[in-house]
Amino acid sequence: MKTVFEKSRPGREGVWPDAPQNGPEAYIPAALLRSSPARLPELSELDVVRHFSELSRKNFGVDSNFYPLGSCTMKYNPKFTEKAAALPGFAGLHPVLPQLQGAGRLCQGALEVMHDLERLLCEITGMAGFTLHPMAGAHGELAGCMLIAAYHHAKGNVKKKVICPDSAHGTNPASAALAGYEVVNIESVDGIVDPAKLAEVLDDETAALMMTCPNTLGLFERHLPEIVAMLREKDALLYYDGANLNAILGKMRVGDAGFDVVHLNLHKTFGTPHGGGGPGSGPVGVSERLVEFLPVSRVKKLEDGLFVLDYNHPKSIGYVAPFYGNFAVYLKAYAYILRLGREGLVRVSENAVLAANYMRKRLEQHFQIPYNRTCMHEFVASAVEQAKSGVRALDIAKALLDKGHHAPTVYFPLIVKECIMVEPTETESLETLDRFVDDLIEIAGRAASDPASVQAAPVTLPVRRLDETRAARDMDIASL
Amino acid sequence: MPFIPHTDDDVRTMLATIGAGSVEELFAEIGPDLRPRSFDLPKGMSEMAVMARLEALAAKNASGLKSFLGAGFYDHHIPATVDALTSRGEFYTAYTPYQPEASQGTLQAIYEFQSAMCRLMDMHGANASVYDGGSAIFEAMMMAARKTRRRRFVISEAVSPIYRIMLTSYTINLNFELVTVPHVNGMTDLAGLTKAIDAETAAVLVQSPNFFGCITDFSDLFAAARAAGAVSVVCANPVLQSVLKTPGAMGADVAVAEGQGLGLPLSFGGPYLGVMTCAKDMIRQMPGRIVGKTVDAEGKPGYVLTLQAREQHIRRAKATSNICSNQALCALRALVHLCSLGEEGLKRTAGLCIERAHYAAKRLCDLPGVSMMNDAPFGNEFAVRLPVNAYEAIDKLTAKGVVPGFPLGRYYPGLENCLLVACTEKTSREDIGIMAEMLGGLLA
Repeated sequence: MKTVFEKSRPGREGVWPDAPQNGPEAYIPAALLRSSPARLPELSELDVVRHFSELSRKNFGVDSNFYPLGSCTMKYNPKFTEKAAALPGFAGLHPVLPQLQGAGRLCQGALEVMHDLERLLCEITGMAGFTLHPMAGAHGELAGCMLIAAYHHAKGNVKKKVICPDSAHGTNPASAALAGYEVVNIESVDGIVDPAKLAEVLDDETAALMMTCPNTLGLFERHLPEIVAMLREKDALLYYDGANLNAILGKMRVGDAGFDVVHLNLHKTFGTPHGGGGPGSGPVGVSERLVEFLPVSRVKKLEDGLFVLDYNHPKSIGYVAPFYGNFAVYLKAYAYILRLGREGLVRVSENAVLAANYMRKRLEQHFQIPYNRTCMHEFVASAVEQAKSGVRALDIAKALLDKGHHAPTVYFPLIVKECIMVEPTETESLETLDRFVDDLIEIAGRAASDPASVQAAPVTLPVRRLDETRAARDMDIASL
Repeated sequence: MPFIPHTDDDVRTMLATIGAGSVEELFAEIGPDLRPRSFDLPKGMSEMAVMARLEALAAKNASGLKSFLGAGFYDHHIPATVDALTSRGEFYTAYTPYQPEASQGTLQAIYEFQSAMCRLMDMHGANASVYDGGSAIFEAMMMAARKTRRRRFVISEAVSPIYRIMLTSYTINLNFELVTVPHVNGMTDLAGLTKAIDAETAAVLVQSPNFFGCITDFSDLFAAARAAGAVSVVCANPVLQSVLKTPGAMGADVAVAEGQGLGLPLSFGGPYLGVMTCAKDMIRQMPGRIVGKTVDAEGKPGYVLTLQAREQHIRRAKATSNICSNQALCALRALVHLCSLGEEGLKRTAGLCIERAHYAAKRLCDLPGVSMMNDAPFGNEFAVRLPVNAYEAIDKLTAKGVVPGFPLGRYYPGLENCLLVACTEKTSREDIGIMAEMLGGLLA
């Protein structure tokens, strides 16, 4: 399909505002003006509408396809929350308004949303305080690592390293590194963090352990209480990667379990759309001893019921966002939490875990399940058997695309060979789960009888398999 | 239960297949000592009830203000096509395009976004965006540090203080040296910056229009930086970039921007859009997602995420950044916005912003005791000195429904009498007249 630049025809009129009386040359010296046009597309409005409508039809989204992408929690995105975020009273609000004298009064509604959501997240996670500022999950991880660094600096602790289990998200080590830490990996035993392995690397220089629980294999970290005690001993903090929070709502609170820092991916657990990669929202919660380090500004409710922004926190790590985070995104999560309430949120986890175990059970005769025990909201299968006939996890993923399902996460976590990581979420019907499982079983059958047909997939999509090596070598990343 | 389709029958079927007696049995590994001490959340509400609550909250925010607030974030007109097209479910409910065959829509859109950003900035490469303009500046600094293996950064004080305080937080654990060169009456101090660049300097960071609205040509500064082996980073305004001299023409190595003005509502601070573009020799230092054009097994053109070897899911602790996504939907909004306006539409928008700001500057400077902070060229925003405290002037006018601008004293001690005034194509001459008269009334 042609690019929007190829479709451009000079002189075609778009959404033009009225022309100014004088051009910029009347106000700005010629030497400061652009000497050649930017060559932006020139299209009629209908051209634009057709172009992007056509592009949208070349995309899988949750609205059109099952998206069992492990660790990504691609649940249904409720529509009313979009309407809420677009209300002019929210969408039109300028972010510097509360910085004017007494002008907090001009955005009481927005400040109340922030205050209320922070309190709800505290109750959901059992943490003492929250900041909504981080703009994505990985950004929350970075903010969390900065909080950990601030805590240790304030206590005069000399800490150099952060421990990441091999089942951790790739962002964990990257975030710890960006906060100035050396990253130490530890191997899982039976798919979970092993206290003995931890003891080998845990020492006085350990700033924190970053954990995902349930982890990226979909397994609950059974040794958690012991691990918490080991870390306390060294004044090392415990970080909770909230990517998998969808599995434990109402069943465990990370604060009660002894975690000191948690980031939540609101777009995962609380159903705000992923947008093709973003925007997300990654609030960070902390235990009591870290509250004083949270980013500024912080929203506060005064005794008279007025909400204000408080900048006076001398030990704060400072600013991680230009303002108060991705307001429109967390507003949607807020609406989602209000809609479901306590009982609804508990049901989210129950049904997500139920669906994952159901699929695991139905697939166990057809795929190797490396850790075949009760899983949480996701599980990992392996295509090692299929690989013997030349059909790899990637081929199976592509064959699923032909069946109209988005593929599961493949080759992650790295510790499972030919890994296929399935996360159905709670919002998919039994019929959808069954259709996916049936299709996967059919593909496993073909892997044995006609491997070439699986290796050739996809054949029904706008393009066949793409040459990624060539993309990196020839590097055409812009039409100039 | 909202959004959960499983009937009691479905649950029984699933439990029977699993061989479990109850759903609770599936949570057996979470021992009694790990169970929540409380989960005291409100009862669920109907869609109607939630919407009513949110409408009531939205109504508690000011509406109908005549606002001249900018400070880097602007209330531009957003064509109806932007909401209509970006709200198509296949775009906004999709994930990061890991399966390119099922994500050609997102991927081609990002490729087109990267192209549009390169064309606006006159640079060779762009990424698929980062969180916001401030994050883009930080990532640009990291690019410079990797490229030069140096740790000293020379920064103009006329760069948005919002970005500079973010930069301070972000770099506190990284042993970087941040050298800030003071502004001169709101203007970027070119001589001071040039002098501050030395053989240890990784990058020089400037902005045009800067926080005070001043437009500057950095060609000589960037040449001096290159001679010293330092990287030049400039933060630009993408709307005005349709008419202003480009970062490319000035010889910048990295050009970044806050893309909010391209079709994103102000939304009380986010989500916004961090635009990152660079010269050819910096592309492999670029963090985050990048989409490349390639061919499929039949030779048909298509798009994929490329240069992934730099990224966190492969390089873990050694990745170029910890960023694992981009603001894809915001980038799509920017692209639809640009395509809807087109070359001429964006130029008209920029032209109107500039014209209205110059009209406002003239009206304000006609008032007794009001003067421009400097005589530098400006675009859609400018700073004036008032004969009174700007905070107080703003407070009094705001009470009457007009926010005349942003108080520069908020970030620059000593400038308590200075007011930063922004206009967009939505600012009418009438509104400017009303604001000027009200301010005049205050000063009389």
